[in-house]
Amino acid sequence: MSDSKPKARPLSPHLQIYRPMLSTAMSIFHRITGVALALGMIGLAWWFTAASVSDAYFGFVQGFFYHWFGRLILFGFTWALIHHMLGGFRHFIWDTGRGFELKTVEWLVRANLFGSILLTILIWVIGYGVRA
Amino acid sequence: MSMRSELSKVRGLGSAKSGTEHFWQQRVTAIANVPLVIFVVWFVIAHLGAKRADVVASIQHPLTAIVLILAMASILWHMRLGLQIVIEDYVHAPALKLACLLANIFFATGLFAVSAYAILKMSFGL
Repeated sequence: MSDSKPKARPLSPHLQIYRPMLSTAMSIFHRITGVALALGMIGLAWWFTAASVSDAYFGFVQGFFYHWFGRLILFGFTWALIHHMLGGFRHFIWDTGRGFELKTVEWLVRANLFGSILLTILIWVIGYGVRA
Repeated sequence: MSMRSELSKVRGLGSAKSGTEHFWQQRVTAIANVPLVIFVVWFVIAHLGAKRADVVASIQHPLTAIVLILAMASILWHMRLGLQIVIEDYVHAPALKLACLLANIFFATGLFAVSAYAILKMSFGL
């Protein structure tokens, strides 16, 4: 403990050093969607609260989410939710120690991305079907 | 040479004294979230553009209320764990980090209290 001054040590290479890969992007997306979902939970809590308050207030909140901007938020929320959930399945597979071969990883992240887009569209088709 | 005692090694709890507890809770809530989130998504879709009375009538079924409260508990617990990691990764100033970690706990707990109160209120027909 002679010298406690921080030394200029070499840093390990970080994100900007590596070639951008889909697997990297999906890892970052998993985190971003998680944070976005946390914000979205305010909306869900707001919706439950409004339903417990009054007809007028619930009508206002239903109207907010029916507005194009509200629907845009809900669409983004749906995609973030599905993407994060499918990403979670990927982590469950990795937790068992399987699926670390590069080919499998590439397949998993593609399935994650395309699966989330397809399922989001499917949910919205069902949503519009129920609503109509 | 390791400076750790034999007891410390066998407990395997590391310097933070919590070991894999955070990881384990993250996975437990993740697994619980799968059916619970699907239920919430179905519940929201089923009540698109619905009148308040319809939502209240659905929540008055005990099972619906119980599953919704479980969903909020599991989702918000998972959210708290995840946001904690994000804060620990990006916020480095000690005081700000502590403030963020506290705010995260209060945020998750507050959202749960508000949602659970609303669901119970409707379920009890108040």
